[in-house]
Amino acid sequence: MIEIPPGWIIIAGAVLIPILRGHLRHLALLGLPSLALALIWTMPTETLWQIPFLNYQLTLLEFSAVGKVFATVFALMTLVGGIFAMRTASTLELSAAFLYAGSAIGITTCGDLITLFIYWELMALGSTAVVLAPGTASAYRASIRYLLMHAFGGCILLTGIVWHLYSTGSSEFTQLELQGPAQWLIMIGFLVNVGAPPFSAWIADAYPEASPSGAVFLSAFTTKTAVFTLLVAFPGTGILIPIGCFMIFYGIIYALLENDARRILAYSIVNQVGFMVTGIGIGTEMALNGAAAHAFAHIVYKALLLMSAGAVLYQTGKRRCTELGGLYQSMPLTTICGTIGALAISSFPYTSGFISKSMISSSAAYEHLTWVWFLLAAASAGVFLHAGIKYPWFVFFQKDSGLRPADPPKNMQLAMVLFAFVCIALGVFPQPLYEMLPYPVEYEPYTADHLVTQFQLLLFAGLAFFVLLPMMKRTETISLDLDWFYRKLLPRWYRAIEGLAGTVYDACQRFVTTKLTTLLQRTYDREEHRPKGYFARLWPTETMVLWVVILLASYLMISYVQAGGR
Amino acid sequence: MNDSEKHWLVRASTIKILWLVFIAILIVTVVSELFIHKHEYFGIDGSFGFSAWYGFITCVAMVVAAKLLGTFLKRKDDYYDD
Repeated sequence: MIEIPPGWIIIAGAVLIPILRGHLRHLALLGLPSLALALIWTMPTETLWQIPFLNYQLTLLEFSAVGKVFATVFALMTLVGGIFAMRTASTLELSAAFLYAGSAIGITTCGDLITLFIYWELMALGSTAVVLAPGTASAYRASIRYLLMHAFGGCILLTGIVWHLYSTGSSEFTQLELQGPAQWLIMIGFLVNVGAPPFSAWIADAYPEASPSGAVFLSAFTTKTAVFTLLVAFPGTGILIPIGCFMIFYGIIYALLENDARRILAYSIVNQVGFMVTGIGIGTEMALNGAAAHAFAHIVYKALLLMSAGAVLYQTGKRRCTELGGLYQSMPLTTICGTIGALAISSFPYTSGFISKSMISSSAAYEHLTWVWFLLAAASAGVFLHAGIKYPWFVFFQKDSGLRPADPPKNMQLAMVLFAFVCIALGVFPQPLYEMLPYPVEYEPYTADHLVTQFQLLLFAGLAFFVLLPMMKRTETISLDLDWFYRKLLPRWYRAIEGLAGTVYDACQRFVTTKLTTLLQRTYDREEHRPKGYFARLWPTETMVLWVVILLASYLMISYVQAGGR
Repeated sequence: MNDSEKHWLVRASTIKILWLVFIAILIVTVVSELFIHKHEYFGIDGSFGFSAWYGFITCVAMVVAAKLLGTFLKRKDDYYDD
């Protein structure tokens, strides 16, 4: 049995894809993720490969149960994302996506913080290139903002890791106690990637600028690897509960205000990841199981949703709700798949979201976390509102836009059907997923109680949507977020400071030149065409003689003074 | 466009039927609560039709909150374009 990290196989794909063409490239796109998936499933859950590095052990390959859940869904995502992207994505995008996916899988199978950090940065580079890949000016600017944000998060993480290594002497990536600034910095580094406040804006800023297929890859890896690292290192950390709840409602409110279909979905990533962060904060076995299961389910249905939005963008070139509508008539398959994704994200019974998210809210109930439970219940209704109905309604239904695009190419259709199938299969048969989870599952999602209350919650949320439809009318607007500070305020300050410095410089220059000019003019004799003054009237030889006399006289004086003492 | 030329799904008659079906389903989900045993963790969540009214009211609250915040936060979508 070969024992190499499965992520390396995908990263090798990043090198192979640019040099392969045609069927060979398609083979690599499908074969390498399948091979990685096979490896993930045949490896035992233990430490398999360690090498010494300076004073530390680098654990290049270590499998845990929770790592396996994330590695599986990441590899699956790479495979189906590759099918979706294979005919339309640029070479740069495919290669970058494989580097990105491979390093994400690497994080799930590594056992020390140094290796984790290397993968973390590789992921930032790969994902930046995915954002950059369309080559438009807006994609370029978004990718640079994205890179700066992740470089910032990476610096915080690195500082934390180095501090942690120095103070504890251990590089092991395992549960960490929040005992000092080192561990706090590590957690903040993870939280930047998870999209926690005040760093939530980068998701909706960068992802929608990527290509139709690029956004599908982006939705899966960065935030969910951060969920994985939080789940391993900081389970049961109380502060994560309010952070998660904030993210949940931030996502809902901003998605409700948004007009761009793919930005709606980007905001709802923050919302969904908020549920996972809350689960990690609650920290019971059931809540952690719920967070892992929800990450698995979420990657699939969010990719499906972004595939349907990507298909619409690819076929029409449009992504604003105000320009879309009525597409169900000519894109039936995309409509059905998008709607299945929308139902799954809303935790509709018999979809994947129901069997995973209900574990998180039930664990809040079991722990008697009153306000958390009430917030989660309201949020479940809110998800149906902002993603479950709003997205399909404004893209595929509402008023007829007159657009009649066909369903997308066959490979995109296949990818959507595959993931729509997974969404329903997981909802109807949750056992295979439950058996993968890190702790034993004694949870039955399909009780009459759960079903009735969930149907009431969702359907009355639906009623609220249609009753309030006039208030939901789309406007051609964006909503200000904390990225305003670095996209507007700082550039404004920079320009002000730049302007001030320019004014001061100009004033100094004017002052010096006028002073010099008047000085020269005052000392210049225009009639004689020479400077005024005694020396200007002499021949240069005469001046020279005068200076020689002064010099010799000085010599005489100095030697006289030196000899004077004796 | 004449109503009969429209796609069958968006004809006024279909929409009326859809609303009636939707309302019927809403009633069924609430009434069916009479026939099940509900777990109650916090008191109020055990009251009759809790999820129904809680889902409706919180959604209205979220839409209104978004609308209010929108008056401060919304900008034209070319706001950041230089």
